[in-house]
Amino acid sequence: MVALPARERPQLRCCGASGCRHAGAGPLLAALRAAAAAGGPAADDMSAGASAALQPLEVRSVGCLRLCGEGPLLAWDGPEGTRLFGGLAPAAAAALVDQVRGVASLPLAADPALAGHQLDLEQPFFRLQRPLVLEGCGIVDPECIEAALAHGSYAQLRRVLHELSPEAVREQVRRSGLRGRGGGGYPTGLKWDTVALQPPGRRYVVCNADEGDPGAFMDRSVLEGDPHRLLEGMAIAAYAVGADHGYLYVRAEYPLAIERLRLALQQARQQGLLGQGIAGSSFNLDLEVRVGAGAYVCGEETALLHSIQGQRGTPRTRPPYPAQAGLWGAPTLINNVETFAAVPVILREGGDWYAAIGSGNSRGTKVFSLSGAIRHTGLVEVPMGTSLRTVVETMGGGDPDGGAVKAVQTGGPSGGCIPAALLDTPVDFESLLALGSMMGSGGMVVIGQGTAMPEVARHFMAFSVNESCGKCVPCRAGTVQLLALLDRCLERGATAADLEALEALCAMVKATSLCGLGQAAPNPVLSTLRHFRQEYSAAPGAGR
Amino acid sequence: MSVITLQVDGRDVAVPAGSTLLQAIRAAGLSVPTLCHLDGLDPVGACRLCLVEVEGGQRLLPACASEASEGQVIRTDTAQLQGYRRMAVELFFAEGNHVCAFCVANGQCELQDVAVAVGMDHSRFPYQYPQRSVDASHRHFSLDHNRCILCTRCVRVCDQIEGAHVWDVAERGSDCRIVAGLDQPWGEVEACTSCGKCVDVCPTGALYANEDTTAEKHPHPERAHQLRRAREHQQWLR
Repeated sequence: MVALPARERPQLRCCGASGCRHAGAGPLLAALRAAAAAGGPAADDMSAGASAALQPLEVRSVGCLRLCGEGPLLAWDGPEGTRLFGGLAPAAAAALVDQVRGVASLPLAADPALAGHQLDLEQPFFRLQRPLVLEGCGIVDPECIEAALAHGSYAQLRRVLHELSPEAVREQVRRSGLRGRGGGGYPTGLKWDTVALQPPGRRYVVCNADEGDPGAFMDRSVLEGDPHRLLEGMAIAAYAVGADHGYLYVRAEYPLAIERLRLALQQARQQGLLGQGIAGSSFNLDLEVRVGAGAYVCGEETALLHSIQGQRGTPRTRPPYPAQAGLWGAPTLINNVETFAAVPVILREGGDWYAAIGSGNSRGTKVFSLSGAIRHTGLVEVPMGTSLRTVVETMGGGDPDGGAVKAVQTGGPSGGCIPAALLDTPVDFESLLALGSMMGSGGMVVIGQGTAMPEVARHFMAFSVNESCGKCVPCRAGTVQLLALLDRCLERGATAADLEALEALCAMVKATSLCGLGQAAPNPVLSTLRHFRQEYSAAPGAGR
Repeated sequence: MSVITLQVDGRDVAVPAGSTLLQAIRAAGLSVPTLCHLDGLDPVGACRLCLVEVEGGQRLLPACASEASEGQVIRTDTAQLQGYRRMAVELFFAEGNHVCAFCVANGQCELQDVAVAVGMDHSRFPYQYPQRSVDASHRHFSLDHNRCILCTRCVRVCDQIEGAHVWDVAERGSDCRIVAGLDQPWGEVEACTSCGKCVDVCPTGALYANEDTTAEKHPHPERAHQLRRAREHQQWLR
């Protein structure tokens, strides 16, 4: 992933994803390219490393290098392997290029411009990762299809189209045990079969890239870092279910992802990897980008389909499921970005190989985005079943101030808070559900000791109030009343009657809301009530 | 036509395949409260009053929008369902400005009827008293947003039966409101045929004829079904 095998000709990889861009990757990349183009050392300093100086130095813009909190990140691959730097200013570019070329006057560790910026690639944050979905992320230039092809993208699509029947593809996905990575965890193979086995006729394939949970940036990283892997996975899925048209529904808040996805689509069409007669086969597939308009609920699959059809983005009752009647009434396969991106590796290594990773009914790997009160903010991909403690404390480094972690919030506004005492829980679909949280799409927000849990619950309830589509009354009006109840609890401490009212309304909203978002909206309240009940009564002004 | 049998609150009932749970419940001689549902319009399952329990099912199902299946065992009136229904009705009352005493629909209001049906005599939730407006720009009719419960019957009848699609929903969450045309004053919407179907099917006093005053509204919710049956089955009788 981040570390590459030693290579003779050095290269620099500068993260060009949103997080690092925000931290200044753009000017750094420009400065590095300028320094690399400026050639070798000055004429009077030809004594050392002149031969290295003559070699062209490649500076590539790549996707996420994982440790987002230290950005902008820069990887230097050379004969001694990979070194990673964080937080370099553009002014340090020349010094770094001198180091790469071996013409620097000072050793690396003594160079004032670089010292203190090198990051340990052997630390658990990197060492315990298992990149499958993120295999190419941070390595390939996401704007260059040649780089993706050289890294193996589309090889499985070509092979599948020429060697495997759609049924044989689905067989591998079934065997892999892959489950939907968008949060629901529905068995992917079963969903593909359901679409494929519908009566003959048109079918669609849709990628849900409307990643909206606060603190979630897994899908964005795939979209920005390795879009061709996603397109390959989607094309394989389309072949497996018999679809010839598809949509990628991306939220408008991801402009860089949209830009790179559109470029990737254009490049894939030019290479004959999308369009008519893909890779010399008889398989046709057109994919289009659809940009959301800022509604969280459009991540719900039926609302997403309405939005693609140009209608108001509101969910509808299921059944019928989209697999039976989706876009314009046709059977439609909807999967999340990470689900599709896992498909190429499953086909390459085989379903059984993939199923050997993970635990219980959760197979393979899962990408998580770590943020909040944690030392190492960034992106990790780990085998399912890894414990929360490993992810948060060992890899994430725990609380930045050295204090104890108080809780971990998973699953966004639909999930819950898991207290520190339960950090040994394995991260899999069933274990998190049993704790009143959920896997969700993969956002993990770490909560420090200084945060009051009812405040966390109120924060997420305010989110749900703001994002409710307004179609059904429990979600539209119930979340407003829940927020008012939480306000009251926080202002003067909850009485027993308040807590009873809160729980009764939570139960009603959960049981009677129309879609998954409304049904899950009480989860942050219920899980904090379950694990941190005393904090509700102990709020300021609690005078009982 | 094939027939399926199922059990509703202990009563066996046979209905044509493809029937909804609501039709099965009615066929069994029983009823569940409904607000957004109206015979003749496509169901939306938004008011959640007709939710029923299905034995072996994980979730409650909206009877209006769920297809009945062979052998199902349905319960329509458990203590839990009664509790949820009452809360839903309370939420409706608390989110709008419903004052029966001087409402045009007093005595002819389906929200009032379901409140009676579920035994709601007061709301345990604080009233929100939202700031809402009245659109009196139409020659014949008015829209009082204070009384709107967002059932979308007007939206659907105008789209599905009149074919004019004057109404739509704007905004989201508790800011949702019915809009005419492109969020214009109703009277300026040229697509409106002034047919009055939206007023006929409105379950509350949100849509009413201008000549009606307190307790004078005479809605005709049955017309949607009559028109649909007439068009689809050529049956023109009431």
